[in-house]
Amino acid sequence: MTRFLRLIYVLFGLMLLSTPAMAETPFPTVHEPSDESLKCIQPEDEMRRNHMKYILHERDETMHEGIRGEAEGLSSCIDCHVEPNEKGEIAGIESKEHFCNACHQYAAVQIDCFQCHADRPQKYIKRNTHSSSLKQQLQQTLAASEVSDKEANQ
Amino acid sequence: MKKPVTTSMNGSRRNFISKAAAVGTLTVAPGVFLHKAAAAELEVEIVEIDIVEPDLNTSRSTRPLDQDVSNKNRWGMLIDTNKCATGCTDCVDACNQENGLEGKTGPQDTQYIRKVTLKSKSTGHETSLPLMCQHCETAPCADVCPTGASFVRADGIALVDKHICIGCRYCMMACPYKARSFVHEDIKNQKLSAPRGKGTVEACTMCVTRVDNGGLPACVEACTAENHNAMIFGDLKDPDSPISVELRKRGGKQLRSDLALNTGVRYQGLNE
Repeated sequence: MTRFLRLIYVLFGLMLLSTPAMAETPFPTVHEPSDESLKCIQPEDEMRRNHMKYILHERDETMHEGIRGEAEGLSSCIDCHVEPNEKGEIAGIESKEHFCNACHQYAAVQIDCFQCHADRPQKYIKRNTHSSSLKQQLQQTLAASEVSDKEANQ
Repeated sequence: MKKPVTTSMNGSRRNFISKAAAVGTLTVAPGVFLHKAAAAELEVEIVEIDIVEPDLNTSRSTRPLDQDVSNKNRWGMLIDTNKCATGCTDCVDACNQENGLEGKTGPQDTQYIRKVTLKSKSTGHETSLPLMCQHCETAPCADVCPTGASFVRADGIALVDKHICIGCRYCMMACPYKARSFVHEDIKNQKLSAPRGKGTVEACTMCVTRVDNGGLPACVEACTAENHNAMIFGDLKDPDSPISVELRKRGGKQLRSDLALNTGVRYQGLNE
């Protein structure tokens, strides 16, 4: 009996310890676009629960039937919600600051979209491009002529 | 394209002609008049002639984007190997850039287009050509796919649905053109219009996003922009499209036509 009571005490103590910890776990917030004129297609609660349904059309209809009419899609979510922070750093999908990963980590749901899809807007992706030396030469001459044009205008 | 064509006469030719004209004045009765006319013609003429090469890539998708693709169109390419220079990789570079490929050519690296050189055994004649997914009508890749991830779209573009590809690579083995690649490692910084990831098979998509939006595949665009004009893109089902007209006029071979796959990519200038 004393052993049982001891177990109860231990469990109760654990509960006391864990309660404040649970209260401190912050509910994830989704990064809002700095441009306040941009509005999400649906209220936050609806998007939290059903965002997958809003982008599902691309997986099937766009892939197999080529329907690309609808404006909403994964890339439009990314375009608004992924922005560089104050330091100019942009969070990748593995970071907790990425708006998808913030919630998915909290809910412990694995997210596979970004194994293939871009996790940030195209303008923030820097990539080494492989181009022929001829093309590089052309670009260099074009750049040089632009500079000389500017100088001529001044 | 503007090519200035200058017709000027050098001194000796001018002298010869004026002498000839002078001879003309001696022999012909109203020679004075003739002599003047000849002198007037000796003025240097500079004529600029616009040599406009016909744009053969006018056949594009006009489908509204909220409608699904239909079998009214069949997108294809015609490649003139006589205009395709050995060592030129403009199409490959454009493809790599468009799809965010690294451009490596090892056995496990992704290549949507490869430049291939064919050598005739009898004549020794070498032909250089770009080889990519041939977008077969009866595609072996789609035949063998166990999940339906490999499929040919209604308008003839062969694609991989990476959402349902399990990476078994049957399609790679089935493809007679070695057109498909497997992604072996994690990929980051993909292009928006070219999602690609580890564990899936991928190949040339004929730049399906561009085509749907009424554009050209990146390779064709680059080949035309660099003035090689070796590639034509268009609708094989439209009898008036430049690609159909050209095929009717000069013909075009399918690679491995013995397999009767009815490929969407055709080649001209392949000799024995």
